[in-house]
Amino acid sequence: MKAGERRGMRSSLARVRGLGSAKEGVVHWWAQRVTAVALVPLSVWLAGNFVALAGAKHDVVVAWIASPVGTVLMLLSIVAIFHHAQLGLQVVIEDYVHGEGLKLATLLAVKGLAILLATIAGLAVLSISLGA
Amino acid sequence: MKSPSRPDRPRPLSPHLQIYRWQLTAVLSILHRATGVALCAGAVLLVWWLAAAASGPQAFAATQNFIGSWFGQGLLFGWTFSLFFHLCNGIRHLVWDAGWGFRMATVYASGWTVVGASIVLTTLAWVLGHAVRAGGA
Repeated sequence: MKAGERRGMRSSLARVRGLGSAKEGVVHWWAQRVTAVALVPLSVWLAGNFVALAGAKHDVVVAWIASPVGTVLMLLSIVAIFHHAQLGLQVVIEDYVHGEGLKLATLLAVKGLAILLATIAGLAVLSISLGA
Repeated sequence: MKSPSRPDRPRPLSPHLQIYRWQLTAVLSILHRATGVALCAGAVLLVWWLAAAASGPQAFAATQNFIGSWFGQGLLFGWTFSLFFHLCNGIRHLVWDAGWGFRMATVYASGWTVVGASIVLTTLAWVLGHAVRAGGA
């Protein structure tokens, strides 16, 4: 690039750091991968325990969630699941919902719902774990 | 100069979906997205299940009854397959992200491996789950 082609006072580095038209660079892509990697062991752990708890009574399930490992891994699973889910649904919405207003409304609804559900699930785990 | 935003004739479109021959690669790609969306619905059940467990034995029994009904079992079976498929195919995607496995033969081999592993894991989970249920009752 010739010096005369520069836009205004911005250096080439600043232009690169502008991170494209969405201004977030690879943040979405990277977060989707990080949560995916976390969910590989977490979902195996969840699935294994759900199989072991098939038809289990209330006290058995509560004891499992209240155990230190159960509480910590369940809380981490909730965060990873809902972060991964809303990132994935965001891409689906951006692909198929074309009206700007409807797209924004759907995205806000999905992201808000993800935070709400994750908070409810987190509170449920903590109240079981702390015996509240 | 003519405005680029007002063409004289409609812009050319790429052929629609039904024009293409179905291939494993496309089917698995669509299935990855479909199972991902299905798992979002499954996550809502997980929240309900946890909230019911926190509420007490009565609310929890109601949730277990729903899961135990034929409708609940059908949903659970769908979610079991969705989870294992999305997990296995997700690992396939992560391997691609790392830059490996792009030879055509490898893409098909990994694709069929994902299909086989998802079916085996789903069957295994349900056989073991039923054994646990029978043993606990």
